[in-house]
Amino acid sequence: MEKIRYKHVEEPKEYKYVGKPVDRADALEKVTGQAAYIHDLEIPGMLYAKAVHSPHARANIISIDTSAAKALPGVKAVLTGDDTEHKIGLYLIDKRIIAKGFTRYQGEVVAAVAAVDEATAELAASLIKVEYEELESVQTVDEALEGKILVHGDDINDLDGYGIFFPQKDSNIASWNKSRKGDVEKGFEESDIIVEGEYWQPAAAHAPIETHVAIVQADPYTDKMKIWSSAQSPFSLREMMAKSFGISQSDIQVKVPHVGGGFGGKAGVHLEPLVALLSKACNGKPVKYKATREEEFNQLPCRASVRSKIKTGVTKDGKIKAMQVTYDFDSGAYADYGANVGKVAVYSGAGAYEIPNIHIDSRTIYTNKVFSTAFRGFGHLETHWTIERNMDVIARKLGMDPYEFRMKNILGPGKHTISGELITENTGSPSDCLKAAVKEIGWTGPKTEEERKEEIKTGKVRGKGFAVLQKAPAMPPNTSSAVIMQMDGQANVKIMIGGIDYGQGPNTIMAQIAAEALSLSIDKVEVIFERDTDKTPYDWSTVASKLTMLCGNAIIRASKDMIAQMKETAGQVLRCHVDKLEHKDGYIYHIDRPQNRLPYEKLSMGYTYENGNTIGGPVIGRGYYIRDGLTNLHPETGQGLPAASWTFGCHAVDLEVDVETGDIHIFKIASAFDIGQAINPKLVDGQVKGGVVQAIGTALSEGFIFSEKGKFQNASFTDYKIPTAMDIPDEMVTLLVENGEPDGPYGARAVAEQAMISIPSAIGNAVYDALGIEFSKLPLTPERVALSVVNQEEIEEL
Amino acid sequence: MCNHDKNKDCFEYVDSQLPRVPLELVVNGEKVHEMIDPNMTLLNFLRNNLKLFGAKEGCGEGECGACTIIMNNRTVNSCLVLAVEAQGAEILTVEGLSKNGQLSILQQEFIKEDGLQCGFCTPGMLMSARNLLDRNPNPTVEEVKKGMAGNYCRCTGYDSIIRSVLAAAERERKELS
Repeated sequence: MEKIRYKHVEEPKEYKYVGKPVDRADALEKVTGQAAYIHDLEIPGMLYAKAVHSPHARANIISIDTSAAKALPGVKAVLTGDDTEHKIGLYLIDKRIIAKGFTRYQGEVVAAVAAVDEATAELAASLIKVEYEELESVQTVDEALEGKILVHGDDINDLDGYGIFFPQKDSNIASWNKSRKGDVEKGFEESDIIVEGEYWQPAAAHAPIETHVAIVQADPYTDKMKIWSSAQSPFSLREMMAKSFGISQSDIQVKVPHVGGGFGGKAGVHLEPLVALLSKACNGKPVKYKATREEEFNQLPCRASVRSKIKTGVTKDGKIKAMQVTYDFDSGAYADYGANVGKVAVYSGAGAYEIPNIHIDSRTIYTNKVFSTAFRGFGHLETHWTIERNMDVIARKLGMDPYEFRMKNILGPGKHTISGELITENTGSPSDCLKAAVKEIGWTGPKTEEERKEEIKTGKVRGKGFAVLQKAPAMPPNTSSAVIMQMDGQANVKIMIGGIDYGQGPNTIMAQIAAEALSLSIDKVEVIFERDTDKTPYDWSTVASKLTMLCGNAIIRASKDMIAQMKETAGQVLRCHVDKLEHKDGYIYHIDRPQNRLPYEKLSMGYTYENGNTIGGPVIGRGYYIRDGLTNLHPETGQGLPAASWTFGCHAVDLEVDVETGDIHIFKIASAFDIGQAINPKLVDGQVKGGVVQAIGTALSEGFIFSEKGKFQNASFTDYKIPTAMDIPDEMVTLLVENGEPDGPYGARAVAEQAMISIPSAIGNAVYDALGIEFSKLPLTPERVALSVVNQEEIEEL
Repeated sequence: MCNHDKNKDCFEYVDSQLPRVPLELVVNGEKVHEMIDPNMTLLNFLRNNLKLFGAKEGCGEGECGACTIIMNNRTVNSCLVLAVEAQGAEILTVEGLSKNGQLSILQQEFIKEDGLQCGFCTPGMLMSARNLLDRNPNPTVEEVKKGMAGNYCRCTGYDSIIRSVLAAAERERKELS
């Protein structure tokens, strides 16, 4: 294991706390077993919930007999679809809390029980008898597009996309987003070569080690409800619940303790509405619903499977003239985040390249499978599998080094993104990342056919490959983060933020930013652990890798607010104008006479003179941040300014394929990101390597398998394999490129989701370099690789 | 398997309603004597009866390792061990790693090397690491990987965990010998 944790491509800037590898703020609780998750939470009088799930992908519910369950002593409530008409949905309100009349996927909840203990709830659920009539279902995007069976025949024509999402009448298309720029036909005419391709990847699981869990206490006399949830987005949850139940947001209180991993899977509204109904039905007793691992796979949402068709026109000298892509996201039974995932392709679906003429259709499609939601870097890992594999294919057709070909087309100052945004010196540099990562693996150009043939004879073939990536937060233009900071009489600062720390580290880095901005020892600054929508200032959602930028800037503003308050008091005490005051190392001092100074603790509760007269008051800082200048995308052309801040990056891979077993051994992955300024390089390194390994799972082993009738075949950790410590590369190197972001706190950009994007493409490119086989489908399991070697081309699936 | 529905996996503790049986064992150095449901898993016993919430349940079928504890100097997935199988056993859980308010070297190194993110797998991860170092005070990288292979982590990519274990091994050899 290499000692080097991260490398700065250039010398880092000097700050006292920013840029330092400070220890994680909540590490002590976590290594001692004290950290409390909702799984560990018990509330007096609490009841336990269990659900009954549809065993069929699509079926009519003929009858439900709940009498035996209701008669069981200890059962407090049994609910079916007949008991509620409420619907939920993140963007499109398309999901009933409990299925009624028919079901749309295997795993859908058709009934639920609350009882005094697990045993009784489990027994009661098993006593509910449901009679189904199994129906023919929609299993592929092609079947869905054919439109013979409509998954949402009952409500597709009523769905409202608010001009941001575009459900298509009498179809299985939940949203159809478009990107149109230039004249794509003319672009193809001007091209010397046209390259076409089709790519695919299966649905995948977030697989947080903590499954979804929620406790709800819904007051039976009023609309009030208290929710404890493993949610990434307590404020969005509050909003969705209010909308769904037609109640006031002020009636809903959401509390979030430690969360055991999210990765986007816990970003929406999931178990909470059902648990709220159960609690209400139990006269307001708190009810806990903890998903089983099986439910985590086949009741709760996943990352959508995606099929893409791409056509690219290039000139002989390697300039891309035109690109036309159709992305079909198989969102399963409901749109959830899937509508927004599909939307991402409109402004980011051509990679970090300048494409003068672009035509993208991105469709979020309903099928009868478990539904999809956000997954770390949503829409990006998926689209980059297409774009970055395709870039290598084109380079080969041109007889050009894929590095050169990328460099010819890569975004840079003066160029425009596909949604029309001008890239400047301040946007970040994808070419710096490409250069750094490729250098790190010692790329000297693609393998020749002769070299490959020779190497294959030895049984093991080495290959190198790389893939560029880009991502900006996928968020509405009005997304905001707000913070409140309070100082005590000893000048200790407590910070309240609304974003959740489920391991990415905001509790640590927000304290670093505050310590830097306040010029106060980091030991005196702490982010309050508990998030509670009744007390904590607003934060839209903890998604999209936007917290560092938005919340970080809010912290700087709140810090300035505190300093201003202290200066105002200090100005009176020191008898000078506030313009003459500065702050440093816990003191407010006079700039001309630094010996005239007051420590923060003399000001934090107001300044008290000897006779008791006091001026000023408790110092409380407030700050918010909204990235100004962002717009919605034009509904027909996809043009607009959606990106708060781009993070560019590149992964480069050095691997070896065992020709006989198909096993892929990764020697090294070098990952370069233009993150502007690392707030905490140790945590950045953790994000990068964590994302890399999660994406290795996508590349090599993970993917949902369904039977022809839509039955989930691998809904367990036994059959769905995520990477273990044995599966990681021999070496992973994080390369920090730091071209500062003027809009970021201390110049910082995001790097959380970004780490995952384009790893599968980089591996696919390296596997081509080794074997000379173009893989277009994921995952690259040993079986598929070995049989493809025998077959001399990619075999579809096993 | 669930008591009431054989087609379902049981994630939670479901009381078998069978007559209680006595269980005597030592947990983190403390003697414990309780009458328990004979169908109860060791994990459920630790969490439900002793209220030791460190060991976590991530899958309930012995795949994820979040419930790993040390029983008689061997790591076990406590979700797969019946509590009665621990009759007379010595059990060590994450709560027993530090003594007298002093973190163990292993815990200190997990903090220093950032061998955790969300923390849900951490209690199990620490127990596998503890047992590995007990058996092999000077492990190679490959041995650490193998020793931790039964514990899933979805956040860190394992790199920082491996570093934490190696750093702890080095310090333990120096400071505890």
